[in-house]
Amino acid sequence: MDILNALVALANFVIVPGLAYGAQLAIGALGVTLIYGILRFSNFAHGDTMAFGTAMTIIATNLLLAVGITFGPLPTALLALPFGIGLTILLVLFIDWLVYKFYRDQKAKPVILVIVSMGVMFVMNGVVRFIIGVNDIRFADGERFIITARDFKTMTGLNEGLAIKTTQAITVVVAVVVVAILFWFLNKTRTGKSMRAFSDNEDLALLSGINPDWVVKVTWMIVAALATTAGVLYGLDKSFKAFTYFQLLLPIFASAIVGGLGNPIGAIAGGFVIAFSEVTITYAWKKVLVYLMPESLEPDGLVQLLSTDYKFAVSFAILIIVLLFKPTGLFKGQSV
Amino acid sequence: MKKLMMATTAMAMIAGGAYADGHADEVKIGVILGFTGPLESITPAMGAGAELAMAEVSDSGALLGGAKVTSVRGDSTCIDAAAATTAAERLVTSDGVNAIMGADCSGVTGAILANVARANGVVMISPSATSPGLSTAEDDGLFFRTAPSDARQGVIITNILQDRGFSEVALTYTNNDYGKGLADAFQAEFEAAGGTVTISAAHEDGKADYSAEVGALASAGGEVLVVAGYVDQGGSGIIRSALDTGAFDTFYVPDGMVGAKLNENFGDELNGSFGAYPGTDSPGAAKYVEMATAAGFDGTGAFSPESYDAAALIMLAMQAAESSASADFKDHVFDVANAPGTEIFPGELQKALELIAAGEDVDYVGASAVELIGPGESAGNYQEIEFADGVYSTIKYR
Repeated sequence: MDILNALVALANFVIVPGLAYGAQLAIGALGVTLIYGILRFSNFAHGDTMAFGTAMTIIATNLLLAVGITFGPLPTALLALPFGIGLTILLVLFIDWLVYKFYRDQKAKPVILVIVSMGVMFVMNGVVRFIIGVNDIRFADGERFIITARDFKTMTGLNEGLAIKTTQAITVVVAVVVVAILFWFLNKTRTGKSMRAFSDNEDLALLSGINPDWVVKVTWMIVAALATTAGVLYGLDKSFKAFTYFQLLLPIFASAIVGGLGNPIGAIAGGFVIAFSEVTITYAWKKVLVYLMPESLEPDGLVQLLSTDYKFAVSFAILIIVLLFKPTGLFKGQSV
Repeated sequence: MKKLMMATTAMAMIAGGAYADGHADEVKIGVILGFTGPLESITPAMGAGAELAMAEVSDSGALLGGAKVTSVRGDSTCIDAAAATTAAERLVTSDGVNAIMGADCSGVTGAILANVARANGVVMISPSATSPGLSTAEDDGLFFRTAPSDARQGVIITNILQDRGFSEVALTYTNNDYGKGLADAFQAEFEAAGGTVTISAAHEDGKADYSAEVGALASAGGEVLVVAGYVDQGGSGIIRSALDTGAFDTFYVPDGMVGAKLNENFGDELNGSFGAYPGTDSPGAAKYVEMATAAGFDGTGAFSPESYDAAALIMLAMQAAESSASADFKDHVFDVANAPGTEIFPGELQKALELIAAGEDVDYVGASAVELIGPGESAGNYQEIEFADGVYSTIKYR
């Protein structure tokens, strides 16, 4: 019984939130890593692309709700997601045509493109705030929980509750589906193969007749879809706030780099490494240990390795250690 | 139009001063507030509040045998201690103000106190600096505030929790001067009163995920979670995550967390939670709002009533000391602010000045129910709130 209680407490406060957060980071990191692999620069505007996509989805959700369409127990935002993705695709293609194309034609160095993307980031920052404002917006509707902590307790008779939110389950399911589709696309379709070829060796790809403009366009479309999906999933699980999305950029980049920039599998693994390192290393193990240990050995303190103030230090320490010993990341990506 | 009115009033005051020169001095009060910077949205109503009191006293002609009071504004910037010190230095040495109404933010207030007020022996009364650190700052008896110290809020929280029978709480605070100061003040007070704080964990505002913080808080346990954060920032994120995981279902919300946003974000989920924020049911507050509206500014703005009171206290203390010199009237601020005496509300400054001149005691209540305690700060009036049916309402004044 005690062991079960300990496991449930751990699942409730570490495993479930870690999985959901990790999945959100993973989808975000996939977008960053695709840009890096194919367009060869670190896209700092990614957080704001997520914010823009989410803002569009929120507007579409409100329209749907206004005409009385809901998605039953699931959040209506999922129905509005394709609309958000569509608008985001249009926006990134427009930005690419207006800004990045110019530098690509000049064969500008990656570092210049990085700075350019920072400029784009600040502009998008403003655009998103202009459209939807700076406030916290909650747009999750439908059934909030699959199981609440209280129901779980009465059902099982345990002391500890386990809450699973609908949004957490959706996040994980959608993440699996998105990743499966992406890998199928990259490995099985002609366009996907040409994208990988372009990523591996640009000159060789051009020589073998791959149309670079088309590859770039498709990449931006996929990235816009990934960014919007990640943003909406995150916003459903927590809430939407333009500033928070901007701040998401750091853990997302950390995930992509830990996993290996340019490597999609690495991005997914990196997302979970960063999410779990934030949650577990600063977790206070007292509750779990009290259940597991015999009474005489029960801890008095919190049994916390590091105070929660240090959670960002932890994920960035991991990032630095990985870069020191394996500059290409956990999975072989391009070295930074 | 408003500017024109103000200019006209100022001209009238200067002209009046010229006539009055024969038998009375002019009194100058410096108004140092962050007219630019993070507080620029609330300082106009604060400055207008202070100047409303000065105009009232000037018009009455009852101060020190008919002295006129003029306001000299300075910009504290709220965050730049060097700029604030320079502005204060100018007011004291070049404009020769008799006292300072200000500053606003705790940091610059401390800087002006240490570098200008003490050096020149000028009284300053701040309407809005709440840092507990200012209670113990060296002030030579020159510094007062009509805002309560956050240490006071620590006592309020402790009282409310104990009245409700809670003895074990978890505490999380936003990682800045406000959050840390309040958390430390509360923890010291609560533990001295026999309670237990199981954990005191910081959280950063505007971050992506609060599972780690909530995990640690839940593991430490406690009957109530005290969230010393901001309602539109990480504080709400913590509450959201704590509710969702079932870690806590009762919360205490201090002043930074009380806002309509709470009802909107959480509704019924917060039923049974409680908190407190500054406020008074004194009739002075309503009277002040009326006067402010008549004068053309918003009297409900944060710290605007406190600014009126700060300026009024300065002038009443001058009257009690029969002198406009800081060294003389600094010892009289307590006398006019506290009982015994006739209670004085906003708009009754003339009556107060006449009573003092007649040698009677006054107890200045003002717009914010001023009661000075300890090192010369407002005792602080808080309204206790409770959530029921998805909205919070005031149940009690403390």
